[in-house]
Amino acid sequence: MSAAAQKFLNDKTHLGFWIYLMTDCMLFASLFATFVVLRNATAGGPSGDEIFQLPVALAETLILLTSSFTCGLALVALKQKNMRHLLGWLAATYVLGVAFLTIELTEFAMMVEEGHGWQESAFLSAFFVLVGTHGLHILVGLVWLLVLVCVVVQRGLTAKATRQLGLFALFWHFLDLVWIFIFTVVYLMGVAS
Amino acid sequence: MWGRLSWEALPQDIITIGGVIGGGLAVLGVVAALTYFKKWKWLWQNWLTSLDPKKIGVMYIVVAAIMLLRGLADAAMLRAQQAFLTHTELNLIDADMFQQVFSAHGTIMIFFVAMGMLFGAINLLVPPQIGARDVAFPLLNSISFWLFAAGMVLMNVSLALGEFSTAGWLAYPPLSGLEYSPGTGVDYWIWSLQIAGIGSLLSGVNFLTTIFTMRRKGMTLMKMPVFVWSVVGSMALVVAAFPILTVTLSLLSLDRTIGTHFFTSDMGGNPMMYVNLIWAWGHPEVYILILPAFGIFSEIVPVFARKKLFGYTSMVWALMAITVLSFTVWLHHFFTMGAGANVNAFFGIMTMIIAVPTGVKVFNWLFTMYRGRISFETPMLWFMGFVVTFVMGGLTGVMLAVPGIDFQVHNSLFLVAHFHNVIIGGVVFGMFAGLAYWFPKFTGFRLHEGLGKAAFWLWLVGFVLAFAPLYALGLMGAARRLDSYDPSLGWQGLFIVAGVGVMVILLGVLFQVLQLGWSIYKRKELAVGPDPWDGRTLEWATATPMPEYNFATLPAVSHRDEWWELKQQKKPASKGKLEPIEVPKNTGVGVYVGGLLGVMGFAIIWHMWWLALLTLLGTVAVLLVATLREDTERTLSVEEIRRMEKGATA
Repeated sequence: MSAAAQKFLNDKTHLGFWIYLMTDCMLFASLFATFVVLRNATAGGPSGDEIFQLPVALAETLILLTSSFTCGLALVALKQKNMRHLLGWLAATYVLGVAFLTIELTEFAMMVEEGHGWQESAFLSAFFVLVGTHGLHILVGLVWLLVLVCVVVQRGLTAKATRQLGLFALFWHFLDLVWIFIFTVVYLMGVAS
Repeated sequence: MWGRLSWEALPQDIITIGGVIGGGLAVLGVVAALTYFKKWKWLWQNWLTSLDPKKIGVMYIVVAAIMLLRGLADAAMLRAQQAFLTHTELNLIDADMFQQVFSAHGTIMIFFVAMGMLFGAINLLVPPQIGARDVAFPLLNSISFWLFAAGMVLMNVSLALGEFSTAGWLAYPPLSGLEYSPGTGVDYWIWSLQIAGIGSLLSGVNFLTTIFTMRRKGMTLMKMPVFVWSVVGSMALVVAAFPILTVTLSLLSLDRTIGTHFFTSDMGGNPMMYVNLIWAWGHPEVYILILPAFGIFSEIVPVFARKKLFGYTSMVWALMAITVLSFTVWLHHFFTMGAGANVNAFFGIMTMIIAVPTGVKVFNWLFTMYRGRISFETPMLWFMGFVVTFVMGGLTGVMLAVPGIDFQVHNSLFLVAHFHNVIIGGVVFGMFAGLAYWFPKFTGFRLHEGLGKAAFWLWLVGFVLAFAPLYALGLMGAARRLDSYDPSLGWQGLFIVAGVGVMVILLGVLFQVLQLGWSIYKRKELAVGPDPWDGRTLEWATATPMPEYNFATLPAVSHRDEWWELKQQKKPASKGKLEPIEVPKNTGVGVYVGGLLGVMGFAIIWHMWWLALLTLLGTVAVLLVATLREDTERTLSVEEIRRMEKGATA
């Protein structure tokens, strides 16, 4: 494929992926709207104030933000075609992502164990589904990242792999951004009210 | 192992059994014919696995046409019940079945007929109109189609196994919740829409990217054909609105399967939030359907009036204004919810404002015709029928936009008459006009004119007969979705007129089927060149039937009606040296993904969790293998291109 054709493929894939991200943004917007409508509908169950542990949520936030940073460093390494650094930073991103997901699932499990599952009230339904959908996205991102790392190790930095790594970074930063909103709207505002 | 599935899922009543046997025999007949004529390989290689948007477009239209027949059969049953059966001893259609039938009618007509025709038209027309050879993501396009097909199959499986939703085409909770609809009907509704809807969403991403990155050199945004602009509006709405549908359906599904409380009437759930969410998607959806129909008319009128389109710029602005405004009116679907006078006033006014850009468009079409040399061939007839019926529907729409009036006719047949007036008069007539107009471009022969005209008049007369009485009935107080009413109300006469109207429409459809069959039979006599209507836009510059790569060469564009200008300047169609062209290789990935996700939907409906998980993992695996493949294109040599251009009538 010629350089011009490569650039064209790169451009259109990026635009398409941005448009996809905007659809995902709408998806989260709908879930946020749902959560805001239902956040006081506790139906006799606990409110956010009673069950959220802000230090844990803060830890999740810091971990995810750091993973966004390491993901950015991976892209720098990609630009410099430094394979060793690239794989290192991707591994760091991966580990941080796994850590985030582990903490989130532990938090979920503890809530369910204490009897505060999604069946208890509309507020808890909205909480589990909004935060869970973000978690599901993180899981998808982790699977994607794993595949990308395998491809890069196997086939080297092909044009396709380079493009895909760029898209992955967009996806990862987007999830980070969504989390900032979750941290604010769900956790901070949940504890404040 | 089999979840909720048992022998009791098989149909019990005579009409459903008849439907299943009829449908089953039709499918068996097709399978037998394909086997007998040894056409399976041909079907697989030339159609099912093809990534050519023209082939995909034709498949969309074939599915939509078949579903149109089923949707019409449903409509005929509804009207037969209301006109005759309700007053006889013959209890062919009971209340439960009546509800399933109207739910199926609405769902099928919007999701599998209108959306199918829409994506068919977009697939066929957008690449050649912007002078491109393909869409941005060919494989994604194929996956979109197969998700649409999977949703369609799932929807029809509900006839044979289990039941369909009785909760109407938008399934409002709490009726659609577990408590009042414990069966599989609502689940069938959710999953056939969810799967088809994700297909539509991906198509939206695909076509926006196509239009923004793949236009022929020199085709600036304001030089695009108006149909392409209408697709920009429609696909922008798909991208913005379909995620809301995805979320809404998912939440309803979670309520029904894992016991969440989003839309339940207890535990803090909020059924009215569902109504808000579904219409925040649902209202843009009707503009998703109508905008491309506007685009089709904007292509047809200039050609048959032999004048350039009047007010191109205002047409584009009107399209974009409608696109934006369509997101600000959803609450007019439930003025009676009790949101308060100010909220209702806001949404009422916004709704009326949409009539302004729509009016601009209607006047632009009329001014295009003014002092033109108009020829009344079938596409133009459909346009004339559209202007009359659509404006009527628009006016009753403005009436409904007044909250005070809406309170009176809410949920009545007046509303039913209104939206059929705009959807049949607008979307359906638009798609039929487009079919008659572009058919020769993709097949090399025209549709028979006389039969087409007969079909048009039958449709128009049948339409008026079928829906004008509903306005009157609505004003007399007849609610929609009534399976029976007291004879003393005196409604039966009008219902009989409406029933006759449906029969006339069915006759119109019969003529369309005849027209298609006869035209294929007489295709030698009806054969035409690449530009039978003296067209204006780039798709008429290609060979006919359009080859896989659309354009052999890609010279730059410098005018709005580029092909028309070239003809005026007597320049040859395409200059430039032939070069090898890369086209995507066929792949079965779309078929596999559609099949697997269709089975996943079925498994979730029947609570076969192991199968759902298995098919989901299978889908991920198929997609992984597909993305890892490097060798996805084949090259057509100059020699092959020359042969293909010669084979078609250039």
